[in-house]
Amino acid sequence: MVPISHVIGLSALLFSIGVAGVATRRNLIVVLMSIELMLNAVNLAFVGFNRMWAGVDPTHRFDGQVFVLIVIAVAAAEVAVGLGIVISMFRNRDSVNLEDVSLLKW
Amino acid sequence: MLRWIVLLPLLAAAYHAIAIGLVRRASDRRLVVAVSCGSVVGTFVLACVALGRLVQIPRGPSRVLVDDVYTWIGAGVSTTRFSAEVGFQLDPLSMVMLLVVSFVGSLIHLYSVGYMDDDHREDKGFQRFFCYLNLFMFSMLVLILADNVVLMFLGWEGVGLCSYLLIGFWYADRHNAFCGAKAFVVNRIGDFAFLVGIFLLFATLARAGTPVTGFRDIQGAFAGIREATVSVPTWLPWGPRWPVVEVVALCFFLGACGKSAQIPLYVWLPDAMAGPTPVSALIHAATMVTAGVYMVCRLSFLYAAAPAASAVVAWTGGLTALFAATIAIAQTDIKKVLAYSTVSQLGNMFLAAGCGGYGAAIFHLGTHAFFKALLFLGAGAVILAMHHEQDVRRMGGLRRRIKSTHWVFLLGVLAIIGCPGFSGFFSKDEILAWATLAPGGPWLYWIGLGTAGLTAFYMVRLYCLTFLGECRAPASVREHIHEVGPWMLAPLWVLAFFAVFSGYAGLPAVWGEELFGMDDSDSLGRFLAPVLARVAGPQLEHADEMRMAAAAVAVAGAGALLAWLLYVRRPELPAKIASAFAGAHRLLLHKYWIDEIYDALVVRPLVALSDRVLFRVVDAGLVDGVLVEGTARGVRALAANGLKYAQSGLAQSYVFFMIAGAAALVGYLLR
Repeated sequence: MVPISHVIGLSALLFSIGVAGVATRRNLIVVLMSIELMLNAVNLAFVGFNRMWAGVDPTHRFDGQVFVLIVIAVAAAEVAVGLGIVISMFRNRDSVNLEDVSLLKW
Repeated sequence: MLRWIVLLPLLAAAYHAIAIGLVRRASDRRLVVAVSCGSVVGTFVLACVALGRLVQIPRGPSRVLVDDVYTWIGAGVSTTRFSAEVGFQLDPLSMVMLLVVSFVGSLIHLYSVGYMDDDHREDKGFQRFFCYLNLFMFSMLVLILADNVVLMFLGWEGVGLCSYLLIGFWYADRHNAFCGAKAFVVNRIGDFAFLVGIFLLFATLARAGTPVTGFRDIQGAFAGIREATVSVPTWLPWGPRWPVVEVVALCFFLGACGKSAQIPLYVWLPDAMAGPTPVSALIHAATMVTAGVYMVCRLSFLYAAAPAASAVVAWTGGLTALFAATIAIAQTDIKKVLAYSTVSQLGNMFLAAGCGGYGAAIFHLGTHAFFKALLFLGAGAVILAMHHEQDVRRMGGLRRRIKSTHWVFLLGVLAIIGCPGFSGFFSKDEILAWATLAPGGPWLYWIGLGTAGLTAFYMVRLYCLTFLGECRAPASVREHIHEVGPWMLAPLWVLAFFAVFSGYAGLPAVWGEELFGMDDSDSLGRFLAPVLARVAGPQLEHADEMRMAAAAVAVAGAGALLAWLLYVRRPELPAKIASAFAGAHRLLLHKYWIDEIYDALVVRPLVALSDRVLFRVVDAGLVDGVLVEGTARGVRALAANGLKYAQSGLAQSYVFFMIAGAAALVGYLLR
């Protein structure tokens, strides 16, 4: 059996890659992909912990998995909205670069 | 049971308040009368039941009924414990007050039904009036029945509030509203001293290891603070040290000066006559203004241990009595004369209390409540008969037109001037007997005697100008002079009965023995004795007492005769005398210009200070300018010069701040 520390380590690694992507990449589509990566890192942690606790507390056997389903649903909605914004932005400004959208400032 | 005595009027007041304040529709007048008068009469019935229970208990310090309701304020433990209970006690002293207040209060409620009936200045006025009146009864009963000094202060403030509300009852007239505010503000000065007295007393008791607020507890712990001293002013630690007992007694007395209209705080009471006449009778003659006397008697153990403060009480009382009586002889407003007379009579009570005659003070308080309420209600009947005319110069000859009112008013006048056999005769004699003990020699006795003569003069003058001679009213009024209805006449006759006969409750020993051959005649004094401080009374032979009584009657008779000669036999003479002594007459007519002096010395400087310094500098400059606007200006400057650059519009810089924040939080949690 895979020990929990491996699962959490992988999850943390994926999450850090996602954070780094969001913080550094200028391309809006890549930023969205990085966000997706972070969400799935969290999903991985959920299923890992669910597997670990399911035998201990049978009444909460599926809690982690239910959370994963909810996160997937939210992620799908978020991607739909996010891509919609990207398309709209490309039509208006001919660019998907984050630095080109900084009107809302002092 | 005691709690119901207090609660009944409060429930009635709450009902009225809900009807006119929340529902916003005045109840039917019959319902208002039933609720209001019913609650107060119920209070009186309960008071009688309580009297029945109280006399079952054998005489002595344990003759007291107690009703502890709940702890109102409680803080700290053991020697730093402060607690104020909502607790009521009924001992003989509060019993006498309770009976007087609930009985006179009931009668005046009934009278008010008739008096307020034709008042249609405002839709809800009738119910609002009874709401305030019930609230007043509640506050007064709390004041009387409170078993600790903090709860007493609650009642003390409550009656002040109701007094304010009722003086300014017809608030559409600015003058009435001004008079109400004046009464309230002047009372605040006294209340402040009262509060300081409470704090100082409690602090001293707590320092002695007995932090108590109840009257009986204070009396029990009193030996522990008798020797204590305090430096005044307290922020000056090396200042002269005074006995705490004296300072506390003086503070409480200044409070009493405010509530009971003594020099220097008497100025509000004459102006309080702006209120409806039943209010003047109930609050500003019979009950509230006697609260100061009651408080001094309630704390008689304190005053008996404070000779200097007691001397101040006696002299203030005596001088106020004389001073107010001299003003009363020149007034022409029927209610103003009675108001100054009230100030004067209250001064007499303090004179007795300051000399140690606490029983005599309470005795006079009771008889005065009856005859002064009678006189005020009689004056109210006259005022209604004359269509709201209050100036005695436009009255006269009412004897034949309103016979019933005339007779009860005459009985009241005879009672107050001390006509032998009437209640005022006995109570005033007892006060004069105690006055011989006054500190500083026999002066106060002579002052008291002079006051008695002046009292007879101005009361008979008032009676003659109102009821005797020719009617001086304009013809249009003269044709419509009418007797008031039975709602108002019945209470008058009941009060007249008590104005005549209530003196026999406290019949001094000399008269009990001489007239009726009784061995123990002073039943009121014996009833009160266990709760009042024992002070050696005047040691007078019966022959001396007789001589003093004869002197008092002679002086009063002379005053009365003089007034009759001046205002009935030779009505042209007073005007001549007034013009001959124009200066003195104007001095009295303008009440020694005390209001003007206070205005110049206190009111105007205070208003100027408030306007120029407190408002323009402190409020507008410091609070508004520096604190409020300064804060806003500072925030704006900070944001404009630095903070705004944080909002760059670059999404990724926000992400960076977020990550940095989250990292800092995690780092803090994992430290």
